[in-house]
Amino acid sequence: MVPSAPPAAIELRSVVKRFGELTAVDHLDLTVPNGICFGLLGPNGAGKSTTMRILTAQAIATEGSISVLGYQLPEESKAARMAMGVVPQLDNLDVELTCRQILTVFARLYRVPGPDRAAAVHRALEIANLTGRADTIVRELSGGMRRRLLVARGLIHRPRLVLLDEPTVGLDPQVRQELWTLIDALRADGVTLLMSTHYIEEAERLADTVAVMSAGRIIAQGTPAELVLDHAGREVVEVYGPPAQLAELEADAERRGWRHRRSGPAVAVLRAEQLDGNAPDGVRRPANLEDAFVALTGQEIE
Amino acid sequence: MTVAEPSSQRPPRLGRLEPAALAGVMSRDMVLFKRYWKATTFSSIVQPVIYLLAFGLGFGSLIHHVGHFKYVQYVATGVVATAVLFSSAFPGMFNTFIRWQFQRTYDALLAAPVDVEELITAEILWISIRSGVYGLAPLIVGFFWGLTPEPAMLLVVLIGFVTGFGFASFGVLVAAVAKTIDNFNYVTSAVLTPMFLVAGTFFPISQLPSGLRTIALFNPLYHCVALVRDVSLQHFSSGDLVHVAVLLVWALVLWRLAVWRLEQRLID
Repeated sequence: MVPSAPPAAIELRSVVKRFGELTAVDHLDLTVPNGICFGLLGPNGAGKSTTMRILTAQAIATEGSISVLGYQLPEESKAARMAMGVVPQLDNLDVELTCRQILTVFARLYRVPGPDRAAAVHRALEIANLTGRADTIVRELSGGMRRRLLVARGLIHRPRLVLLDEPTVGLDPQVRQELWTLIDALRADGVTLLMSTHYIEEAERLADTVAVMSAGRIIAQGTPAELVLDHAGREVVEVYGPPAQLAELEADAERRGWRHRRSGPAVAVLRAEQLDGNAPDGVRRPANLEDAFVALTGQEIE
Repeated sequence: MTVAEPSSQRPPRLGRLEPAALAGVMSRDMVLFKRYWKATTFSSIVQPVIYLLAFGLGFGSLIHHVGHFKYVQYVATGVVATAVLFSSAFPGMFNTFIRWQFQRTYDALLAAPVDVEELITAEILWISIRSGVYGLAPLIVGFFWGLTPEPAMLLVVLIGFVTGFGFASFGVLVAAVAKTIDNFNYVTSAVLTPMFLVAGTFFPISQLPSGLRTIALFNPLYHCVALVRDVSLQHFSSGDLVHVAVLLVWALVLWRLAVWRLEQRLID
């Protein structure tokens, strides 16, 4: 039975996915409310992609309950897939087909009625800014165009929910900007987005709510600003110097119980505003999501 | 730009093997086919020409008749099965492996409302329709060698379809089991080549030692060859019902095996 108004677009309760010895998803609880962009942030291997595959029933959870748009998975996964769009991490476009041909095939697969198909394809091409390339073979498209086509393919049936698995992985900065604009427009339109990413900046810019995932579970969740404040404070002092001096500072910070981390050639001391004048000399800057992320996971990522 | 559409309506209940899903997957195959139909058609015409030249003219000068049939008639009808085998088992193996492992097409399709069973069935259906139609090519070539056109020859499309359905499924099953694409060599040389030779294509299986003859009776291609020959040369017998039954069972069993095995591989 489907409630008339599902409380959340996605609801995972204590979901476990094991591959033999490996536990990829470990008692994951996740609620994605309708109408927001929800960022799933985590290092490679945190279980983000497995979670995404569970949501399309391309992986079947070992334990736990999953509901997507009010449908129970995996039993009703086909109905759930009908209502959502998927933008995969890896480019899996048919390289021998044109943009229009690919979109037409997917319009059929998503049961867009025959008379509406051409209009749906046209609209998707417009969203992805590919109208001028409609009859170009995918092989001849640039990397950025291919990515936009992947997004257009996932939107062909006007889904209420879109899963974006690492949408900008491996793209150059300019193409990434294009894609962010596209994703932001979707959110503005009221589409619920679940986006996995290991790019801090992407989560910070696009997500209304970020959940930090590590070792198959969510270890912190909130708006980017809340996460920063809760886990890295307001300010950070970055101290640059020769390695010996940095090592000394780390030992000192350890002794005084300061949260700190290596940040490239510097040591960053978190919650600098709470150090009452004892703060080491260095560059003061506002704390950011990366600081919070490293404080949470102990792992450095981009 | 408007993307979201508030809709609280529940979509119609989605069942198994929905025609819409099959048609969607097959529409992709059809679009692709428009790009390579020339090459496919070329090889499906040239292959029987070569067989007829080599066997028809070569052996034909030594052997004039096999049973009731002229040797040219015998070979032209036999090669139908070869055409069906090649146009179904190989696409079944290679297309499946390439689309699944290299192009990740299946990953994309399965994220849409398409189940593995629908995806695989549509792929097999498409291949077998193509095999059925291309199964006529050797007969058409045979007309130039003196084979007499008969209306019943149109049934060859159906026989090719059923045989091709089984061999396409066999190919998908091989792709689902193979670890690398090189493993196909084992199947091609150890399974398909003997199957194709010991099927009564170029010589009757009654010439074979009894052990091999018994094995040949379990070869679906033998039943395809026999049926095509009887239909094309108006030589029906009650044995043809056995051939039909064997081909249907072959197609059905291999189809279920292919779906079952690939489901295990595609869904984690």
